[in-house]
Amino acid sequence: MADQTIGAHEETRRDFLYVATGAVAAVGAAMAIWPFIDQMNPAADVLALSSIEVDLSPVPVGQQITVNWRGKPVFVRHRTEADIEEARAVPIEELRDPQTDEERVVKPEWLVMVGICTHLGCVPLADQGDFDGWFCPCHGSHYDSSGRIRKGPAPLNLAIPGYAFIDDTTIRVG
Amino acid sequence: MQALLNNGFIRWFDNRLPVLSWTNHHMMEYPAPRNLNYAWNFGSLAGLALVLQIVTGIVLAMHYTPHADMAFDSVERIMRDVNYGWLLRYMHANGASFFFIVVYLHIARGLYYGSYKAPREVLWWLGLVILLLMMATAFMGYVLPWGQMSFWGATVITNLFSAIPLIGEPIVQWLWGGFAVGNATLNRFFSLHFLLPFVIVGVVVLHLWALHHKKSNNPLGIDYKGPQDFIPFHPYYTIKDAFGAGVFLILFAIFLFYAPNYMGHPDNYIPADPLVTPAHIVPEWYFLPFYAILRAIPDKLGGVLAMGASIFILFLLPWLDTSRIRSATFRPVFKWFFWLLMIDLVVLGFCGANPPEGFWVPLSQVATVYYFLHFLILLPLIGWFERPRPLPDSIAKPVLKA
Ligand code: HEM
Ligand code: FES
Repeated sequence: MADQTIGAHEETRRDFLYVATGAVAAVGAAMAIWPFIDQMNPAADVLALSSIEVDLSPVPVGQQITVNWRGKPVFVRHRTEADIEEARAVPIEELRDPQTDEERVVKPEWLVMVGICTHLGCVPLADQGDFDGWFCPCHGSHYDSSGRIRKGPAPLNLAIPGYAFIDDTTIRVG
Repeated sequence: MQALLNNGFIRWFDNRLPVLSWTNHHMMEYPAPRNLNYAWNFGSLAGLALVLQIVTGIVLAMHYTPHADMAFDSVERIMRDVNYGWLLRYMHANGASFFFIVVYLHIARGLYYGSYKAPREVLWWLGLVILLLMMATAFMGYVLPWGQMSFWGATVITNLFSAIPLIGEPIVQWLWGGFAVGNATLNRFFSLHFLLPFVIVGVVVLHLWALHHKKSNNPLGIDYKGPQDFIPFHPYYTIKDAFGAGVFLILFAIFLFYAPNYMGHPDNYIPADPLVTPAHIVPEWYFLPFYAILRAIPDKLGGVLAMGASIFILFLLPWLDTSRIRSATFRPVFKWFFWLLMIDLVVLGFCGANPPEGFWVPLSQVATVYYFLHFLILLPLIGWFERPRPLPDSIAKPVLKA
């Protein structure tokens, strides 16, 4: 050390200690940041609100109800024969997010989907748009009678939540 | 100030903590170009608007409740029951609009007179950082009254992040603290809406530091040659800024007392409903041009990237503009394109305000293309091919000649 002059620089053990100390501090700081980031993720009570049951019997053919599941709207649509035929007649290669109507339903007359536009999250309006399905007023996305994206900025079909029929007229979502 | 410093106690104090000499140095003797016009008033007006927002915001926070079930009613209570609550809230809501008006004019001034060019690039960047922070602050503030526009504005804007491949969805849920915009979102937005204005104050300090280090640009856009080019800030510009503040406050009062909801949206007086989107959602007017760019691109990720790029491109402006002449006064070609850009931004604003149907769609696409064309192609080319008009010898000469 004694022979070290100001300006001239040689690598010394002290340099190693600086780098090592700095590296340990950086790793420590990075780990300490994690709780501050993760606190913003959905909390345990939010995650716990998971499933709901929906009674389908009051929904007549051609009508739709909207239920609230995890703070999101879920559309339950009682489709007409015409709706189903129209959805199944679409050639799959015409679709932006290719999916057959059969893949999107458990029973063809009941279409159950998350009513959130896959563009930026608005709730599309029923019985509107160019494809006899839904139309999102926010930026103009059109969905068909199977809830598949046909026109506009949205990239994906309306999502199908996990659901099952508990009996003929009741489903459990989630 | 000198008289004050003659006082023994004050001199003793100033010697230990030089607040007075500091103020004297930066706000009184501070040398400013002698030819500044009224376009240079918008900086001090932006400062005034920031102070107004902080003062009204802090008192609003004394009455506001950041909870999804109570926020809307607490704002209605501010409007109806709290003494002068209506005035304070209208000041805060209209104050945000006025803040953007003066900041946009302040930026336009910089674009016209080339204030972003060397040696003021860092000053320009700091201004853009302030703009981004203001946008975040105003967006989160608009969510707080928890009306329909608050809720759906928050939904659409946070969903912009879902366009990011792979990590988009987790990021959005992280922002929300749930599976949709909800109480957790409202709480964090309130916390950040309280914090960010003070961060803005910090960046403003850096902005002014950079300004005082390199001194103001001026309408001629030429460098200063000597003391004859300057006049002291006080009393010349203190009085000019005070006059500007008077005009600002008169216009502000007209909106406050005669049209307090003119710049707002009636749907925000309907409580938030997570199951129904209003038929026509629009952001506040100050976001409309950017919103139009977002919608002009018929692709989710593309739209988000274009919107982001429309602001980030301004960071590169000092290098995209290849001309070494600052002021548009001496740039006969640039001057026309400056006004075309302003018209383009107004057109984009109208596109953003109207539903994405009919001729608005192609119009917004043309205007978006032109916006990028201006910065990426026209500016570099104009700088090379334009023959500037001759510059005056000094700032003082044309003034003193008269
Ligand atoms: C950069 C400065 C600021 C801007 C641009 C800004 C903007 C806004 C906007 C646009 C709103 C919605 C107004 C409405 O429609 O009701 C709002 C609401 C609110 N802001 Fe700020 N704000 C700023 C600073 C502050 C500060 C420093 C506080 C203090 C904590 C604050 C507290 C509030 C509160 C409590 C509300 C909800 C009450 C209401 O909606 O009127 N703001 N802000
Ligand atoms: S949110 Fe539906 S089209 Fe943008």
